[in-house]
Amino acid sequence: MAEFAFGPDEDVVLAPGEAAQQIAGKSPWRLAGRRLARDRVALGAFALFLLIFLVCLSAPLYAHHLAHTVVFGSNLNGTTTVNGKTVQVIQQGGGKLGIGENPIGPTWHANYFIGSDTTGRDVMARVLYGGRVSLGIGIGSAAICCLFAMVLALLAGFFRGATDAVLSRVMDLIWAFPVYLLAISLATVLLSQTHPIINPASLWIPTLIIAIVYIPYVYRPVRGQVLSTREKEYVEAAVSQGASNRRLMFNEILPNILSTVIVLFPLMIATTILTESALSFLGIGVQSPHASWGTIIQDGQDLLYTRPWVAIAPGIMIVLTVLSLNVLGDGLRDALDPRAKIRAKE
Amino acid sequence: MVKRLVSFPAAVLVVAVLVSGCGGSKKSTSQPSGNKGGTLITLANAAPSGSPDPQVNYTLQEWQFLIITHDGLVGFAHAGGKQGTKLVPDLATSIPSPTNGGKTWKFTLRSGIKFSNGQTLTGKDVKATFERLFKIGDSPNAGTWYNAIQGGDACVKTPKSCDLSKGIVVNGNTVTFHLAKPDAEFLDQLALPFAFILPASTPAKNLNIPPPGTGPYKWVEYAPTKEMKVVRNPYFKEWSKDAQPAGNPDTIVQKFGLSVESEVTQVENGQADFLANSDQIPADRLNELSNKHASQVHIQTLTATYYFALNTRIPPFNNLKARQAVNYAADRNALVKIYGGPKLNTPTCQVLPPQFPGYTAYCPYTKNPGSGKWTAPDLAKAKQLVQQSGTKGATVKVNTDTTPADKSLGEYFITLLNSLGYNAKPQFLSNSIQYPFIQNSKNKVEFAFSDWFQDYPAASDFLNILLGCGSFHPNSDSSPNIAAFCNKGIQAKMDQASTTGVTDPTAANHIWAQVDHEVTDQAPWVAMFNPKQLNLVSPRLKGYLWSPQWYLLLDQASVK
Repeated sequence: MAEFAFGPDEDVVLAPGEAAQQIAGKSPWRLAGRRLARDRVALGAFALFLLIFLVCLSAPLYAHHLAHTVVFGSNLNGTTTVNGKTVQVIQQGGGKLGIGENPIGPTWHANYFIGSDTTGRDVMARVLYGGRVSLGIGIGSAAICCLFAMVLALLAGFFRGATDAVLSRVMDLIWAFPVYLLAISLATVLLSQTHPIINPASLWIPTLIIAIVYIPYVYRPVRGQVLSTREKEYVEAAVSQGASNRRLMFNEILPNILSTVIVLFPLMIATTILTESALSFLGIGVQSPHASWGTIIQDGQDLLYTRPWVAIAPGIMIVLTVLSLNVLGDGLRDALDPRAKIRAKE
Repeated sequence: MVKRLVSFPAAVLVVAVLVSGCGGSKKSTSQPSGNKGGTLITLANAAPSGSPDPQVNYTLQEWQFLIITHDGLVGFAHAGGKQGTKLVPDLATSIPSPTNGGKTWKFTLRSGIKFSNGQTLTGKDVKATFERLFKIGDSPNAGTWYNAIQGGDACVKTPKSCDLSKGIVVNGNTVTFHLAKPDAEFLDQLALPFAFILPASTPAKNLNIPPPGTGPYKWVEYAPTKEMKVVRNPYFKEWSKDAQPAGNPDTIVQKFGLSVESEVTQVENGQADFLANSDQIPADRLNELSNKHASQVHIQTLTATYYFALNTRIPPFNNLKARQAVNYAADRNALVKIYGGPKLNTPTCQVLPPQFPGYTAYCPYTKNPGSGKWTAPDLAKAKQLVQQSGTKGATVKVNTDTTPADKSLGEYFITLLNSLGYNAKPQFLSNSIQYPFIQNSKNKVEFAFSDWFQDYPAASDFLNILLGCGSFHPNSDSSPNIAAFCNKGIQAKMDQASTTGVTDPTAANHIWAQVDHEVTDQAPWVAMFNPKQLNLVSPRLKGYLWSPQWYLLLDQASVK
C-alpha cells in the first residue's frame, strides 16, 4: 500500500534530490520552504544579510553608548581621546610646507574605529547609520517597485487589449531611458525644487525615483506570467463558474504569479541598493545630513591615498549585502521554481 | 565678470589676482630666466569651458595661452609680483591720458607689427575687433563693459549691424575711442583677452580655434578632447619686453583628459611640467607634496574671496541682526581646514581681499575685534543676536554645489545654523546648475555658497558687481548680486568712487575702503577666507614666474 493516499501529479517537477513521495500532498509554499531550508548556501546568505541588517539597526547604540561620537554634524575642531591622549580629529598637514589637513586615521578603538572623514565625523558610526538608510531605501524602493509592477502587470495581462497596450507602452517608454540617466534627471529636477512640500533631504525622493525607474524590469516578466496563467485550465474553470474579474485576478492568478515576484524581490533589493549608492555617490541620491554607503564612498574619494578606509568600509558593506541578496534570490528561485534550475542545467 | 575656480564651469579657471607685497611666494621673481627651446607640457583634466574664441572664452585656462598669442592696445606687464598688475602699453606706443572729462582716449599704434598670418596690424583691425566683439553675439562683457564706447549700446541691441564709427575713429596710426560716459576701468578692460586685436578679416562668428594674433606664439591645435597647442609665431619681433617678451619654449601644449590624481603623479615624476587645474588636487595628495615634492610646489596668494551670500530680501536674513549673528558664529578656522588649512587660506570677514585696491583690514565679527583680523568666533554674541532678531526656528536652505569641499562648507553651516536655533536644510546642486540657480531670486535661496576672483585689480570688480543695486536682476539667472543687497547710501558712495576714479584713483580707493567696511557691517555675506593657489611644476621647469593677473607665465618657463 502506498504511504500517501494521493500520489503526486505525473507532470510535477521535482527538485534535484527530491523523491516524488516526499512532496506528495504538500502545498507549493510548504515545498518551497522545505527546499529553501535544505539550501545551506542560501540560508548562509540570508543569515549574512540579517546580520548586516541587525548591525546597522544598532547604529545608535554604537554611536551614542560605545563611541560617544559625532555622526551627522560637522566636527572640524573636535577632539578625541586615543590611548589616554587628547588629539585633534582633523590634524594639520606636516612636511616642509605644512599644507593640507588630515583626518584622524583608524584608531581601532571604539571611538573613530576606522577614522574620521574630512569634516571630522566618525566613519564607523556613519557606515552603520548609512547602512540603515541604504537598506531602508533599497528595501523600500524594491517593495514599491514590485508592488506597482505586480498590480500593473496583473491589469495589463488580465485585461489585455487597450489596457495592456497603454501600460506596456508606458513601461517601454521608461525602459527606453538608461536607468541612471533617468534617475539622475529625476533627482536633479526634484532636488532643485523650491516647492515647500518637497524637502530635498527627504529619503522619499531617492526611494521613489529608484522605484519608478525599475518598475518595467519587474513588470515585463510578471506580465508574461499573467498572460500565460490566465490561459490555464483552472482559470478557465473559474470563468465557467462565473467568477468575477476581481476574483479571477486576486484569487486565481495572483497566487500563481507571486512566486515570480518573491524571487525578484531580493534581487531588486540588491539592484536598488547599488543604484542608490551610485546616485548618492554622484551627489543626487541621499542628501545631507543623512548618510548612505554611497555618500560615504563619495566622502572618501578624496582620501583614497591616506585614509582608504573611509571608502573601503562602505564598499565592503555594499558588496556583502548585494552578494547575500543575490545568493538568497537564487536560492528562492530554486526553491519556488525547480524547473528553472533544471532548465539552466539542460 | 565671474570667475569661479571649481564650481562654475563657464569660468572654471578665470581668475586674476593681485599678490601680496612683493608677489606672493618667495620663489616668485619678476625676472624671467631660462633657455630657449623644447616643449612645455601642461595638463588639465578638461579643455577650457565654452567657445575657444578669444572674444567669448572666459577662463584663465585659455587666457594663459591667449596672452602669449595675442595683444591688446595695452596689457598687464608680463612680469611676476606686483609689477604684473601694472598696465603697460602693448600694441599702442604709450598709455594715453583721457581727455574730454575721461571720455576720449587716443592711442597711437606701433608700426611694423604683424599678425601670425603675415598681415600687418592697422587701425582698421582695431575698429573691426571691437565691432566683431558685438557682432559675435555672445561675448560675455559686451553689454557691461565695452558698451561704454559710443555706439556700443546700439550694437548690443542689433549686433549684426554694429557700427562703431562714432565710438572708434581711425586716422592713420592713431585710434581714438569716444566713450558715452567716463569709465575709470576702461584701460583694464582693454587689457583683457576680449579686447585683444584680431585681423579685420576674422569672421564674426564663434571660431573653433583662436584666429591669428600678434604675440610670440600662434595657435596650431585646439582639440577639446585631446589637447591645445601653440608654436612660435615666425612674424613676431619683440617690441616691448614689459608687455610681450619673446618666450622660451618652442612649443607649449596642454593635454586634456587625465584624472587629477594622474596629473599630479605625472608632474611629480616629470612626465609633464605644470598642472593647470591645481585647485582640484585631492586633499590627501597635499601631504605627499609637502613631504616629498616641496621643491616643486609654489604657493601664491590670490585676490579672491570665498563666501556665503545671505538673501537680504527674504526671512530670516532680511533681518540685519540675524545676518550679523551668523557672521559672529562662523568659525573661520574650521572653514579654512576644509580648503587645505591655514597655509592655503586666510580667514576674512570682509568683501575685498588683502592687497587689493581699496583694502584695509576690517573684521567686526570676531572675539576681541579691533585688529582688523579674525581671531575666534563669538557664539554668545551670535545667540544673543538671534534671540533679539526673533528669527529663531526659521527654515534656512543652505545651498552649495556638490564639489566635496564646497559640500563640506555647507554641512558645516547646517550644523552651525541648527545650533543657533534655525532649521537648516541642505540644497546641494550639481556644479553646472548651482551658480545660475542661486543667482535667480525666484528660487528663494536663503544661504548660498559662492566665490569671486578678480577680472582686474579694481575694487568695483568686487563691490559694485557683487553688491551693487544695479547688479541685482530679479528672476534672472545672471544676477551676480546673490544676496540681493541694495543699500542706497552705500550705492551712492560706490557711484562717487567710480566717478572719482577717472581722475584720482587714490582718492577713489579711500572711498572704496569705506564702502567695503560699510558693506561688511551690513553683513550681506559671511565672508570666509581668501584662498592661495598651489602651483605644482615639474623638476625640470626653470624660470617659474607668477603674475598675479595671469598666474604662471607659461612662455617664461624654461624646459631645456
